[in-house]
Amino acid sequence: MHELLARLRRRHEFWLVVVIVALIVFLSLATPAFLTLRNLADLLTANAFIGILCAGLIVVLVSGGIDISFTAIATVTQYVALSVANAYGANWLTLFLMAGVLGIALGLINAYFIGKLRIHSIIVSIATLNIFYGLLIFFTGGDYIYTLPNFFAVGVNWFEFEGADRIPYAINLQMLLLVLSFVLTWAILNRTNVGRQIYAMGGNPDAARRLGFPVFRLHCFVYGYMGFIAGVASLAQAQFAQSVAPTILVGKELDVLAAVVLGGARLLGGVGTVFGTLLGVTLLALLQNGLVLLGVSSFWSQFVTGIVILAAVTATALEARRQHQARRPRR
Amino acid sequence: MPAFLDLQAISKRFGGVVALDDVAMTLEAGEVHCLVGENGSGKSTLIKVISGVEAPEPGGSIVLDGQVHARLTPRESTAAGIQVIYQDLSLFPNLSVAENIAVGRHLGHLKLVDWAAVRRTADAAMDRIGVHLQPDALVQDLTIANRQLVAICRALAADARLLIMDEPTASLTRGEVERLLDLVRELKSRGICIVFVSHRLHEVLDVAERVTVLRDGRRVGTFPAAEIDDDRLAVLMTGKQFAYGLKDVDLAARPVVLDVAGLGRDGEYEDVSFQVHEGEILGITGLLGSGRTELALTIFGMTEAEVGEVRVDGKALVPGSNQAAIEAGVAYVSEDRLALGLVLEQPIVDNAVATILRELAGRLGLIPPARRQATVDHWIEQLAIKVSSTANAVKTLSGGNQQRIVLAKWMARQPRLLILDSPTVGVDVSAKDGIYAIIARLAAEGLAILLISDEIPEVRYHAHRILIMRNGQLVGPYDPTTSSEAELMAAVNA
Repeated sequence: MHELLARLRRRHEFWLVVVIVALIVFLSLATPAFLTLRNLADLLTANAFIGILCAGLIVVLVSGGIDISFTAIATVTQYVALSVANAYGANWLTLFLMAGVLGIALGLINAYFIGKLRIHSIIVSIATLNIFYGLLIFFTGGDYIYTLPNFFAVGVNWFEFEGADRIPYAINLQMLLLVLSFVLTWAILNRTNVGRQIYAMGGNPDAARRLGFPVFRLHCFVYGYMGFIAGVASLAQAQFAQSVAPTILVGKELDVLAAVVLGGARLLGGVGTVFGTLLGVTLLALLQNGLVLLGVSSFWSQFVTGIVILAAVTATALEARRQHQARRPRR
Repeated sequence: MPAFLDLQAISKRFGGVVALDDVAMTLEAGEVHCLVGENGSGKSTLIKVISGVEAPEPGGSIVLDGQVHARLTPRESTAAGIQVIYQDLSLFPNLSVAENIAVGRHLGHLKLVDWAAVRRTADAAMDRIGVHLQPDALVQDLTIANRQLVAICRALAADARLLIMDEPTASLTRGEVERLLDLVRELKSRGICIVFVSHRLHEVLDVAERVTVLRDGRRVGTFPAAEIDDDRLAVLMTGKQFAYGLKDVDLAARPVVLDVAGLGRDGEYEDVSFQVHEGEILGITGLLGSGRTELALTIFGMTEAEVGEVRVDGKALVPGSNQAAIEAGVAYVSEDRLALGLVLEQPIVDNAVATILRELAGRLGLIPPARRQATVDHWIEQLAIKVSSTANAVKTLSGGNQQRIVLAKWMARQPRLLILDSPTVGVDVSAKDGIYAIIARLAAEGLAILLISDEIPEVRYHAHRILIMRNGQLVGPYDPTTSSEAELMAAVNA
């Protein structure tokens, strides 16, 4: 038991769980509005976009790269897919097919420059963010789309029931996609050989090359998957917003990055778990929600978010250093 | 029985440089073969030809299992059971022991991971050689020796028939080397051919059958291991008989430049005391990680000692202040000159004056180009550096000339003490002598020199006194004129 606790203590996820539980207890006591079905359902739905993107970005970080162009990819895919759907008609399948394929295609552009030409991923994705976003604004003039296909505007309402507060609740599109994207990412990273190759490549890229890993194909998979997830997330967001606004998604990429890093992923690659990512995004969502419920100004909410991220990564760095010291041979 | 691998007339050129010139080598199953040569002799190129990473020039032949090839691809090489364990081991530090060993299972097209099979593969490989490591432990938490075992197990899991080990003993203690050699005997008895690549094969000669010596890309010869000893090997590797080039001077009478007293830093080294006199070359050798480089970093003020003090010309240095050390006249040429000593993309001239920018600057802090050029030209002449233009980037120079630029950069400060950490790593054989000559001349001019090296012959032939760093403690001094290489080797590994 003692040993189990000692092992748990060394895990980043353990501390995240502790903080999240403490936060939940505190918020439940501090404000009656927190622990209600209403608030929790809203919390999931409103944070689905960021959460789904986290499920894609963790794969990129584990591979040893970084991507910040995914918000631009999401904006482009949602605009194109829903414009086409409006013009030519679509159903759930064709809509997701369009968003997914376009997302993958844009992700592969990143992969080409990163994997083939060996340009650092941050440079490539800064450039493609601007290119994708710039082209979209140029062609659309920044116009919103307010009319959505009917089936899409209605969305998904599974297991609908009326709560004690007389409001109907259901599993909606956002919750569904959030769960699916995390399950899919978990399965890829932990259950497929490609996922393990991604971990290995992130841990030691030279060794991966020497052992004959298909490094370029892995990059294609990683950035293509990020693009695919961005496409999926963009539809969840458009359905939630009931419109397509080309200017509001770009800028959220750092929130996603913060959540994934808070979840324990290392920017140098090879380290990070799906569970940790889930906890990271949960913590940030709870924090922002809690501050709103407590009536704190939204400026302070950003400040507090920043402090929490800094505190978490500092704690991780200190723990890593402590472990390193403990491993250093004594003479 | 035909040889497992038979290389004939293998040559390789990189641009105008001949890395391999008509080299032949045969490897039998169950043989332990040493491939030796100095840095730049062509060892690593030959390994790359065998592992399929580099294609040899047309005209040579590679006979593998009776099949004739003009070149091997990495895939053919691996399929035939050729496995290379590089000096850095090429492991994945973030993955478990089991996954590292069974990593070959992850290759191929998209499929699900069978974690039970990963575990079985790893257990089977470890059982074969009687190794018992925690399969779930992360490789980053293992000692170097255990990481090496993981690398060997990984090669076994890939059905190795030829195991090439690059400098396998470089960072092992004596006991760990013994265990490695036991393991090698075990593998040999199973018919696996093992090639040790090393420039220090003292330790592995016992288990080897044959030794192939390379020099300047050519094969000097292949000899039965029983006929080889250290001195013979040194001659074969370098092609010359060594003589002590250092003049016998009464150094004890000279003033002390560096005085280190009771220096200690937890986990790195302890109770270190020694002096270096004006004009003296003091050699410090020891295993990788024994604390020699750590000590140098403290003297140079990059790290702070917990106890003891460092004096230069009688004045105590401010602990942990790199600037104070430089002001006091300490110069440091690091082990990793590429990472720490030079900015490769920048012109030679800017690299050479990087340490004296403040001294060169006139009023307003601007640097007169003429004065800068004059300083650089002076040192290029002094150190006989071959450059076509000082405006070229440093990376256009050879390893030996790069090293001289680093020296020039520090000599421009007119230091009192020069710390050289492994100054000839990556420098080819012919250029080494030039660097040794420069070191000897600088000492003769009164500079105190601390020569740190993991090559025992280097300190034995080029230092006045030798100290050995072992597990963070200094032993010695040894007199190079009266201590044999074997004696020093024993002291290093004791």
